Amino acid sequence: MIAHSIFFYTFSIIAIVSAIMVTASKNTVHSVFFLILDFISISCLFIMIGAEFLGMIMLIVYVGAVAVLFLFVVMMLNVAQQKNQWFSSEESSKHIPVGLIISTLIFVELIIVVGGWKYKPDLFDINNSIEINNVSNTHSLGQVLYTDYIHIFQISGMILLVAMIGAIVLTFRKRVGVKTQSYIKQISRERSDGVSVVKVESNKGVKIDD
Amino acid sequence: MEYLGILFDQVYKILFLLVPVLVSVAMVVWLDRRVWAFVQKRQGPNVVGPFGLLQTIADALKYIFKEIIIPSSSNKVIFILAPIVTMTLALIAWAVIPFSATQVLADINVGILYLFAVSSLGVYGIIMGGWASNSKYPFLGAIRSAAQMVSYEVSIGVIIINVLLCVGSLNLKDIVLAQQNLWFVIPLFPMFVIFFISALAETNRPPFDLPEAEAELVAGYQTEYSGMMYAMFWLGEYANILLMCAMGAILFLGGWLSPLEIYPFTLVPGPLWLVLKILLLFLLFALVKAIVPRYRYDQLMKLGWKVFLPLSLIWVVLTASYLFYFNLLPVN
Repeated sequence: MIAHSIFFYTFSIIAIVSAIMVTASKNTVHSVFFLILDFISISCLFIMIGAEFLGMIMLIVYVGAVAVLFLFVVMMLNVAQQKNQWFSSEESSKHIPVGLIISTLIFVELIIVVGGWKYKPDLFDINNSIEINNVSNTHSLGQVLYTDYIHIFQISGMILLVAMIGAIVLTFRKRVGVKTQSYIKQISRERSDGVSVVKVESNKGVKIDD
Repeated sequence: MEYLGILFDQVYKILFLLVPVLVSVAMVVWLDRRVWAFVQKRQGPNVVGPFGLLQTIADALKYIFKEIIIPSSSNKVIFILAPIVTMTLALIAWAVIPFSATQVLADINVGILYLFAVSSLGVYGIIMGGWASNSKYPFLGAIRSAAQMVSYEVSIGVIIINVLLCVGSLNLKDIVLAQQNLWFVIPLFPMFVIFFISALAETNRPPFDLPEAEAELVAGYQTEYSGMMYAMFWLGEYANILLMCAMGAILFLGGWLSPLEIYPFTLVPGPLWLVLKILLLFLLFALVKAIVPRYRYDQLMKLGWKVFLPLSLIWVVLTASYLFYFNLLPVN
């Protein structure tokens, strides 16, 4: 048990410190790296309480994909210019009250949600939990997800799909005058399409490329 | 004292796995160069040691004694961290690879997810190195590599789902044992081909080595690295390639199982079969490097998103409906 608690406190301290450093570090790229460290230590905590599937999915989805895109965006912005004038300049300091209001709202919402938490009635039933312990973590999660919570699961999938299509529609634009390669056009081109024999009259020439 | 005993036991086991992996990485670099040379009718490295086998070790020694140059305008902490991250991530994944029914360092329930997660973290070594160098070519290489790895990971994930549908477990040992009658390479052959090509893209191997395309980007994200740090990138890359080969061997070629359970084949121990399968896949990797010219970047992205992803998604539907219709779904 001692080793267990040592690991627990190590990971939680890393998680908290890196979460603070996300907001405290001046360089935005550094804060994304601290965010990644935070994700990793939280997934370690997930694994420590036995939720191995959630921990791994957290690593794959958040660290492997979402944070990479974060990093992309932050690196593309000109960080070197921004890091010196973030809070000190006149222009950016007026964002602080808005940020404060939003963060207080989110905090209050979190308190309301966690305070009004309702567990499933048979969650703490001992017979039930023994039954759950026999099957693996992934298995039991799948059983609950595809039976009791099927509608919520499907609806959240639909919301993600709509968001994806929305993002594509918003950024999609038809570019005019861009030459693109079309394999079918290239392969199906024959001699008769490309070459034509023209009789050239003397002193008149021929008009090409029209 | 009890903890100390467990600790020493674990360290002994880890060293017993890591040292052979590192040695085989060195040997595999030599094999890669030799195969490449033979395809082009050259000799390849053949001077140091018998058949040139010690060439990689000589190279590694040279790198150790070279000076490490850190660019003055680079972000030093991240610059030094990047090769360490690459190397570490390439090595920790070997913990879950089962060499036989009993020889596995960490027999965890979600082994395949762990492998997938670690291989998807591999992009950070490259992106950190590219950004921290604070120079144009490394940055372009890093951006290219990140986009490439994220796109090909998607199709690898979907291919893994195909295999998992047939197995019904995320444990790597169960995945191998489910192939006792029939290796998955036979029913899922198109998926094996796509997995192989995606693995090439995931490990930045030719023909998908655009992150380090030497004609355009000097050496991509490695441009500013020298000495031991460059060697770590290089070893990590090859360890990753071996890991991808091991993943292919476990998912499709039946891991440590022998091809036929008859007399001459059963003499060969299980771990050796796994090593032979990894080597077979690596030979394919090396041949592809020698034979196929480099892809253009838009073709690479088109291949990943418009060909591989739809194909593997359709195959998931096919596999699932086949298993469901003939009542073959692994339910326990």
